[in-house]
Amino acid sequence: MDLLRWGRSPWGEWILTHVSWNLFWASLFAGVLFFVAHASYMLFSAHRQRSGAETDALEAAHRNLPEKIERHSLTARIFHWVMAAAMFVLLLTAFLPVAGVRFPWVQWHWIAGLVLTGSILFHIVHASFFLDFWSIWVGPKDIPEIKAEILRELGHDVPGPKPGKYPLGNRLYHLAQVFTALAVIGTGLVMLPRIRTPFFTRNPYLFTDAAWGVTYVLHGLAGVALVGLVIAHVYFAVRPEKWWITKAMIFGWITRRQYLQYHEPSRWPVGSGPAAAATKPAGQA
Amino acid sequence: MAVIRDIIPAFELYQPASVDDAIKLLQKYTGDALVLAGGLDSMDWLKDRLRRPRVVVDLSNIKELHGVREANGGIEIGAMTPLTEVVRHPIVREKYSILMQAAELVASPQIRNQGTIGGNVSQDTRCWYYRGGWTCYRAGGNICYADTPTAINREHAIFDADRCVAVNPSDTAPALVALDAQMVIKGPKGERVVNAEDYWIGPGIDITRMNVLEPAEILTAIRIPGTWAGAQFYFEKVRDRQVWDFPLVNVASAIKANGGNIGEARLVVNAVAATPKRLKKVEQAIAGKPRNEETASMAGQMAVEGAVTLRHNGYKVPLVRNLVKRAIRGSEGGTWTS
Repeated sequence: MDLLRWGRSPWGEWILTHVSWNLFWASLFAGVLFFVAHASYMLFSAHRQRSGAETDALEAAHRNLPEKIERHSLTARIFHWVMAAAMFVLLLTAFLPVAGVRFPWVQWHWIAGLVLTGSILFHIVHASFFLDFWSIWVGPKDIPEIKAEILRELGHDVPGPKPGKYPLGNRLYHLAQVFTALAVIGTGLVMLPRIRTPFFTRNPYLFTDAAWGVTYVLHGLAGVALVGLVIAHVYFAVRPEKWWITKAMIFGWITRRQYLQYHEPSRWPVGSGPAAAATKPAGQA
Repeated sequence: MAVIRDIIPAFELYQPASVDDAIKLLQKYTGDALVLAGGLDSMDWLKDRLRRPRVVVDLSNIKELHGVREANGGIEIGAMTPLTEVVRHPIVREKYSILMQAAELVASPQIRNQGTIGGNVSQDTRCWYYRGGWTCYRAGGNICYADTPTAINREHAIFDADRCVAVNPSDTAPALVALDAQMVIKGPKGERVVNAEDYWIGPGIDITRMNVLEPAEILTAIRIPGTWAGAQFYFEKVRDRQVWDFPLVNVASAIKANGGNIGEARLVVNAVAATPKRLKKVEQAIAGKPRNEETASMAGQMAVEGAVTLRHNGYKVPLVRNLVKRAIRGSEGGTWTS
């Protein structure tokens, strides 16, 4: 299977031109395979969640928390859905023609790309200054949680740390998205002078043929990776046991019980005043 | 870059005697076969060694693809019918003179003797960057060498460019669209008929193809309905060399008069985009109006709305405007007959 496509420059040099579209089918297949494998695993595995009795006890201990706990502000939700719409338009306009559905896709593609770029720039500012920036990242501090999650999935009764605001899978997914989305946006913006837009005089000679080839290949690799990533994201969004997270992204809130069942209150203190104080670990103001 | 050599690359030559056999061959060698009609376009590719098919399927022995016959009140022209035969056919001359004019303006008499109507409508673009063997968008690459600040793009598109700015070079194509023709295509899944207007596809839809033919499909015939038989036709082709050249722009119109006014009209220009461009808005605007200078001016102005020029092809805007004006006026055009 070819992974890359090559062409000849006017000077007779071999240059990269694209990724092979075989990779699109590979990514699509990998995404579907993942969803089948994970769904089968969820049917037969002994993964364990916090028990009802355990959650009851926690709920009794946290009666001071509000019934509805805000998980995503309206601004964050608007960003998420704008980004999701742009991403779907980008993927459909990029890959439907590859799959044989022919239509004039370029204009829709670059407009959606600019919407995605704008939404992500907004997100970076919003997350940096108005949200808990580090809550979505994963790092060495999360190793105990990773270990506990794996053991729970294997059916062990592990008291170890629960996630903060975002489940571990969510944070890992975000990390993968950061790399792929930034790659696709960075290369996509560079590619804008290659097509007709109101912003630039078209100039394909901005870089050398070889540099363009690398740009196209990176754009393509990030694009096909996003196919698999988006399949995985949609799959988790519609899984029954994850539906509460999806609902939170629509309505903005989760119930107190969901908060206590799935999160470590000390890692995600909520509210203000007595309610927040009750969820914060000792010593944290 | 293309290097023209005297000897074309070796290939296996098949000369099937039926369309079904030809389709079976194309299926068997999908992706590695070249369909040969008159050979005038194909031989360029082979001589330039830019296409090296393993197999060439020559359609010239398939009798059912030859000839002009009356059918359903109109005519059906076999795709392998030479252009000269189309030009000389009495029904074409009597009822569909626009096709006669267009076919007669294709290249030279020798080429019209060898070239077929199916080949003329299905030929590849003449963009020299593409035909020079450069890995442009149309050749599967990621660049259009003709649309750069330094490109030589005098012959290229002013409409509907989508990364690639190549144009359709056919003379008979706009005449067939004006006549509301249908293209009969046969392939492994059977026969399908598409309107001439939908036969050609632009780069936005598929940047590597000029028409809707799939790899194992063959254009077998062109059906022209009787709807526009005997209408008032106009065809004009502007080219650099009057004796033998591809069009810089050509225009075809079919108009049915309604009293002293224009009734229905079909108006098509070619060599300005990757597909023949039917000017539907102009057709609607001129319906019911008198065929005079005022209507012609309005039509000419409307025809160039949305044109986007390149560095060297700005002249095509006034050219289209004036050709459309002339088509509406119906004044004597640049046609000639042999």
